[in-house]
Amino acid sequence: MRLTVDHLTSYRYDVPVRSVVQSHRLTPSAFAGQKVIDWEVTVTGGVRGASHRDGAGDVVQGWTIAGPVEEVAVQVRGTVETEDLAGVLRGHRESVAPDCYLRETAPTRIDVALAALAASASGSDCLALAHALSLAVSDAIAYRPGVTHAHTTAAEALALGEGVCQDHAHALIALARARGVPARYVSGYLFATEDGTPHEAAHAWAELHIPGLGWVGFDPANRCCPDDRYIRLGSGFDAQDAAPIRGVARGAAVEEMDVRVAVLQSAQ
Amino acid sequence: MGQFNEMYQGTEVRAPYARLQDWVATMPEELRSLKQAEAEALFRRIGITFAVYGEGGDPDRLIPFDMFPRVFSGTEWARLERGIKQRARALNAFLVDVYGRGEIIRAGRIPAHLVYRNEAYEKAVVGFVPPKGVYSHIVGVDIVRTGPDQFYVLEDNCRTPSGVSYMLESREIMMRMFPDLFRENRIEPVDTYSEKLRRTLASVAPAKCKGEPTVVILTPGHFNSAYYEHSLLADLMGVELVEGQDLFVEGEYVWMRTTEGPQRVDVIYRRIDDAFLDPLCFRPDSMLGIPGLMDVYRSGGVSICSAPGAGVADDKAVYTYVPDMVRFYLGEEPILQNVPTWQCGREEDLKHVLANLPDLVVKEVHGSGGYGMLVGPKASKDEIERFRAKLVEDPANYIAQPTLALSTVPTFVEEGVAPRHVDLRPYCLVGERIELVPGGLTRVALKEGSLVVNSSQGGGVKDTWVLAE
Repeated sequence: MRLTVDHLTSYRYDVPVRSVVQSHRLTPSAFAGQKVIDWEVTVTGGVRGASHRDGAGDVVQGWTIAGPVEEVAVQVRGTVETEDLAGVLRGHRESVAPDCYLRETAPTRIDVALAALAASASGSDCLALAHALSLAVSDAIAYRPGVTHAHTTAAEALALGEGVCQDHAHALIALARARGVPARYVSGYLFATEDGTPHEAAHAWAELHIPGLGWVGFDPANRCCPDDRYIRLGSGFDAQDAAPIRGVARGAAVEEMDVRVAVLQSAQ
Repeated sequence: MGQFNEMYQGTEVRAPYARLQDWVATMPEELRSLKQAEAEALFRRIGITFAVYGEGGDPDRLIPFDMFPRVFSGTEWARLERGIKQRARALNAFLVDVYGRGEIIRAGRIPAHLVYRNEAYEKAVVGFVPPKGVYSHIVGVDIVRTGPDQFYVLEDNCRTPSGVSYMLESREIMMRMFPDLFRENRIEPVDTYSEKLRRTLASVAPAKCKGEPTVVILTPGHFNSAYYEHSLLADLMGVELVEGQDLFVEGEYVWMRTTEGPQRVDVIYRRIDDAFLDPLCFRPDSMLGIPGLMDVYRSGGVSICSAPGAGVADDKAVYTYVPDMVRFYLGEEPILQNVPTWQCGREEDLKHVLANLPDLVVKEVHGSGGYGMLVGPKASKDEIERFRAKLVEDPANYIAQPTLALSTVPTFVEEGVAPRHVDLRPYCLVGERIELVPGGLTRVALKEGSLVVNSSQGGGVKDTWVLAE
């Protein structure tokens, strides 16, 4: 499938700040399931820093915006050719040892309820277990925007029984780690089909490391594995670690953020 | 117990201390107390104090300085030097390896979880080889002695070992107070340390740096207990002492605000922890670091010393494997031995430890500064039982070692001169070359019989001499 992305993130400051520094994971890296046709990130008034590809295979790009800054607009536009690999991250160049992703972080910390949910799932092998864990999360946390926030933990979302894709991903990561399966958070885009399944165009899911297959994506929010509707941007221990944009503004201002994302299917 | 006294073998005086025999025997009581008061005044004047966490009281308490020097012969030192340099090379080879292909783990010589699940292992630097392949540029190796030729490494400090200012100031003060001693004994100088440190730091400037590199020391600020040391080293090296807010990232580089406008910075000797270096990569709430620093670092625009992630090599659980690192990377036999260590995370080790608690020293894997440890022979029954409960709760968090009969050095005490236990921290510099200043920080447990030399637990410091052959 050929997908085009138009993603605008704008930040407004009520009083001008002295400067803004950002670190982006906003460029899809190539693997068998996605090929970048064209891709461009622009930042209004921004000076492009050096970029590097990190150990997890993500393209990381720094930006600095000299002050006074009242508004920053990060515009992402591009086209990606995708292929359905049933979630398998085949041909992705990376070097971080999977065991690294057994580490617990604050939002993915296990509690009694998460541990019980993890123990309730079973499978004949690691792949089957991973599917079972993902379904367990889908069943335990209903999709409902607005009840959780950026800092909600997996344990809190499970207690609420409701949340968004970030909460689903955190919960699945917690469950997988509890069962000794390395797991990580993935951020990206999702193309909206007409059949009406709940989704967010700026999306997140989890990847679990399965012996023999390597990293495999699971999207508990949509009860599926990522296919050709998904564009993968980057990964991390949790949402904060995998955030497409991390930034700091120097100055005492209130920041207001607005995000608009459109993912469309384009003609070949 | 056969404790090794570094000066006296029975009634015989060991050769390195020969000239100190008369010095101490002929020193009148009044002169001694006079000099001791003078030393204290000098320390206080230069402002070298040490804030002790968790003890309350005076945060600017002086670390007691003992005037009786600790002496090594040239031959003794030569062996120590080879052993320390060997260890520093192996530790750096290990760091390059675990952030690269992880050969030592693939070879089954060290368990994967000790490295990859370690809090100090930084995913953000995987695949990055710092300039000259050095992660740890200043390796502080803590060494204890139990006999004429028996030296053991207690722990390695690969991040930002502190205390070198005490090595420099103790020497300075001794030379001022007892100039005759330095005429009678041929003592190797230690004041070359700052120049060697500057050279080491400059030698690891990034490839993008053309010409003479700009080096800075990054401090968390004056409230930090080692702030005096940060400013002393900056002074001695002739480089700027900066805080996070003095530096900023623009484009592909890190810049320092100066009165003449921004100046590019090539090497940052940081005295702050990884977690605080860059809010865009590590802790987002850090106010001490420089936003965007890690992106510049990873793309080769600036060098950070020690390199982020170096801490995984000095973890107490990883320590057990340092002799294996020496064999694996260097193909050599370790010159310095480890203290035998039980990993409480291993079932059979835990059994042994629980059965022998009164004889063992038990430490937290990630602890430092002498906190959270049990010294079995000095602990009450109650303390031992409380510790036993903690151990059973979370065994993997602890290691245990036998209580070693640490060597003693004569020390001035209330009643005159008496033996007190000591350890040693030399500072090995690793850059283009690997260098060791002949000397280090000797810490002394001032309480009679005490084995805990940490300054936070009532330890003092001594001048450390290496005699020229």
